[in-house]
Amino acid sequence: MAVSGLIMLGYLLVHMYGNLKFFQGREKFDGYLHETLPHMFYPYLPEGGALWIIRVLLILALVVHAYAASTLWRRNKAAAGYVGGKRYHTTQHKTGNQRSYSSFKMLWGGVILFLFIIGHVAQMMPNWLSPGGASDSKYDRVVNGFELWWVVLLYTIGLVAVGFHLAHGFWSALTTLGQNRSSTRRGSRWTLISIALATLITVGFISVPFAVLFFGAGS
Amino acid sequence: MNITLRVWRQKNADDKGKMVTYGLEDVSTDMSFLEMLDVLNEQLTLSGDEPIAFDHDCREGICGSCGVVINGLAHGPQVSTTCQLHMRSFEDGAVIDVEPWRAGAFPVVKDLVVDRGSFDRIIQAGGFISAPTGSAPEANNLPVPKKDADHAFESAACIGCGACVAACPNGSGMLFTAAKITHLGLLPQGQPERDSRVIGMVEQHDHEGFGGCTNIGECTAACPKGIPLDTISRLNRDLLGALAKGKA
Repeated sequence: MAVSGLIMLGYLLVHMYGNLKFFQGREKFDGYLHETLPHMFYPYLPEGGALWIIRVLLILALVVHAYAASTLWRRNKAAAGYVGGKRYHTTQHKTGNQRSYSSFKMLWGGVILFLFIIGHVAQMMPNWLSPGGASDSKYDRVVNGFELWWVVLLYTIGLVAVGFHLAHGFWSALTTLGQNRSSTRRGSRWTLISIALATLITVGFISVPFAVLFFGAGS
Repeated sequence: MNITLRVWRQKNADDKGKMVTYGLEDVSTDMSFLEMLDVLNEQLTLSGDEPIAFDHDCREGICGSCGVVINGLAHGPQVSTTCQLHMRSFEDGAVIDVEPWRAGAFPVVKDLVVDRGSFDRIIQAGGFISAPTGSAPEANNLPVPKKDADHAFESAACIGCGACVAACPNGSGMLFTAAKITHLGLLPQGQPERDSRVIGMVEQHDHEGFGGCTNIGECTAACPKGIPLDTISRLNRDLLGALAKGKA
């Protein structure tokens, strides 16, 4: 769970770096996507080779992550000792002592993310399923898509889910790998770093569609 | 003060069980929670009803027997054992829900009593040191750094009550297991069996049907002895180290 999650987080950071090139204009953005990326490690790897290695690695990480999540979910459900569909029958203190919202929405957040990733790849990868109009320039496709309010809305839901998932997930991965040295959940510096990282990723990604929809960037 | 209690009643392990409501009048605010249950049980016995079964022993907060979930919180609204919780922590007229620990690895025996034998079996799987018997050795023969001694002592304070499992949304017993790993792993006497201990105890923990840790931290927040959360990271470090050495 931890290692596959960290691999995907590493990819997200690079992905965000690429997305922010949008603000440098069409030439730089398209150059990065159509020229720089396919020629990564060229000529040591064939054209587009590095991208395929990354794609395979990401799919593997996603499969491992989802498999681990479903195993953990089944195991934890049995372990919590439900009686008649409920664990505790009281209606008081439903959220315990200090549980954070993100920590107990990991599973459903993950399901939302999975659906978002499928939709996102379908929208961005082929040139035929492009809301707002297809184009050979990825820059134009981004602008066309994000001029539609509902595309931005779905994208925002996905990115907020990423943020919540990471706010707990990054901390949790590091703790699983033995890196927490704090006696409490809230006292750990990793808690703060996770929240900062989650905010950075959500804001970084969301800046592009918001710039297009609300400030008319790229049109 | 007058209170209304809703208590989980279950005749035996096979019974379905349900919440039963009892009214209790003139409760002293100086009573402990267990004394209040004693008073209720006296009244139930006098009226010919079956008294509520609950675990208790020392009643001074060190044996770990008296675990119940009060209003959805393990050991109730204060971070202490149930015997150290007093009725002054509740308002007059309060409705108080009392339920047993809920976990697959802690089957209910009767009413509020659960079988915590799974904890004993985790200890049997490695929570000990093999040392020659005899009289106690000279205290300063084996120097232990102050920091390690303090940390080991903090973890050794675990009374095995099971609040961590009852509070954990996953029903995981990681904090209990990690407390033992930390306690013994920080001391020189614990070194020879350090790798086999962590592997044996984690295997037994999983085998007993406890859930997996997702690092929520609810366990530490509920622990009456304040076992620190970093013990779980220490367990993970020991486990990764032992697995890397191929000790599984």
